Amino acid sequence: MTGPLLEIEGLQKHFGGVVATDQVSLGVMRGEIHALIGPNGAGKTTLIAQISGSLAPDAGRILFGGADITRQPQHTRVAGGLARSYQITSIFKRFSVTQNLALAVQARSGTSFRFWQPVARETALEDEARAIAAQVGLGERVDAIAGSLAHAEQRSLEVGLALATNPKLLLLDEPMAGMGPDESQRMIGLIQALREKVSVLLVEHDMDAVFRLADRISVLVNGAIIATGTPDEIRVNPEVKRAYLGDEVSA
Amino acid sequence: MNRALVFGVLVLAVAFPLAMRSLDQVYYVTMASRFLIYALAATSLNLVLGYGGMISFGHAAFVGAGAYTASVMIVEGLPSAWLAWPLAMAVSGLLALAIGAISLRTRGVYFIMITLAFAQMIYYLTISMKAYGGDEGLTLTQRATVGFGLDLKDDITFYYVVLAILVAAVYLISRLVDARFGRVIQAIRENETRMEAIGYPAFRYKLAAFALAGALGGLAGALLANQNSYVNPGILHWTESGKLMIMVILGGVGQLYGGIIGAIGLLGLEELLANHKIGWLAAIYPNYQQHSLLAVGLALLAVVLYAPQGIAGLFSRRGRK
Repeated sequence: MTGPLLEIEGLQKHFGGVVATDQVSLGVMRGEIHALIGPNGAGKTTLIAQISGSLAPDAGRILFGGADITRQPQHTRVAGGLARSYQITSIFKRFSVTQNLALAVQARSGTSFRFWQPVARETALEDEARAIAAQVGLGERVDAIAGSLAHAEQRSLEVGLALATNPKLLLLDEPMAGMGPDESQRMIGLIQALREKVSVLLVEHDMDAVFRLADRISVLVNGAIIATGTPDEIRVNPEVKRAYLGDEVSA
Repeated sequence: MNRALVFGVLVLAVAFPLAMRSLDQVYYVTMASRFLIYALAATSLNLVLGYGGMISFGHAAFVGAGAYTASVMIVEGLPSAWLAWPLAMAVSGLLALAIGAISLRTRGVYFIMITLAFAQMIYYLTISMKAYGGDEGLTLTQRATVGFGLDLKDDITFYYVVLAILVAAVYLISRLVDARFGRVIQAIRENETRMEAIGYPAFRYKLAAFALAGALGGLAGALLANQNSYVNPGILHWTESGKLMIMVILGGVGQLYGGIIGAIGLLGLEELLANHKIGWLAAIYPNYQQHSLLAVGLALLAVVLYAPQGIAGLFSRRGRK
């Protein structure tokens, strides 16, 4: 089935006098990796927060799979298949890698209002958590406490947590932030492998990753989308060059 | 904590009244019952404060609501514990549900202040209840009845009933914190934002934990009213909430036995300083009994600085999960 999985229409958000999101309209197709780029402070993370449901827009609509989710709380959107990851790592530091991922699996496997049976004995949750750990390259680290992982491993767990919700659309907020070149390559490989099953809206500063992964790119400047197109179109778009890309493309 | 140690303490707790009776010191059994009731109240607070990370400064409201419910039932001629105590839990649980539904929308210091404010409101409400004694309090003509040939007027019987309830409550909480629900509330304590982002309606889980803790606090209140055969609004005063918090911090925040250790530690220290003249201390500082709270303050300071996981944390090899 083709067609837009996510449609945003005229989204608007002010903070006092500052316009953080300015009439944003955007679509993500099924099976698409759609990159969202823009200079720091352009409002990318604010936009992700509104799509994921942690921040209410002032105006506009968000449609997911054709249904209006603008007023849905975040946990309902997650259950419907819309999950995000964070630019600043947000994991459960005192929990093991398996426990982290099992929490996300548990959220979609029946009620959590269970007060008696030890969750540690629910092998189905743990098995699935281990499979996801292996998928994001943490197969050897399943019993490690999350807070003790190296930075790049924590970034993998960050993405793993979003993935463990079994999303249809992943909102990835700078998954490569702070990663070395080798680690970035591994993350690119992971996102590449996901495209079979999951659509992705990717916020990223690593232009190498963006141009290798994205089917389409949207450019956000001062809260407004100034261009959307294929990587080749964006590369030569004069407005984008002037506003933002400049050096990085010519380099 | 190690199973053998827990079992040993339990055996001592069971043997204690028999030993005191043979020594003709039943006074200490009454005192121990009071310690165990506070242990239950502190344990219930630890569920929200320790495991759930919600710094509630109004737990005395739930203890007090339970105490008044159980007392009013006796005064109104319905002394059966099987009726009065579950009702006390229901009243306190529903009160916690209502207070939590509003308070849990706030965070941090605002949550502390709003729970305190609600508890003070309930405190003044009990003062204004002239039909049930107002600020004079309410004297109970009898203790609750339980049937099965047990007479709660007997202090040793009462002690065993309290002990059984405490053991049951602690076992319930030990199951709960390792079950799905417990893992969820501990994860919310760690990172509420992320819990929302992986699909949990955090508010609902926090509210459920808050109401459950309120209900258990209400049960402790019902026991306390029966123990004293008396209740007055002082049981709801904010200093009582503070005392329960001190017990939890002293014993171990988020430690299964933290509430018990903290309650017995704090009350034991108070008792020791107030009612038993310590010769060598009186020799160097004759007025020490007037300043006994200073010792409590110093003990609390030492725990916060040197044992952030409380006294229970010193015993626990795994530490806080």
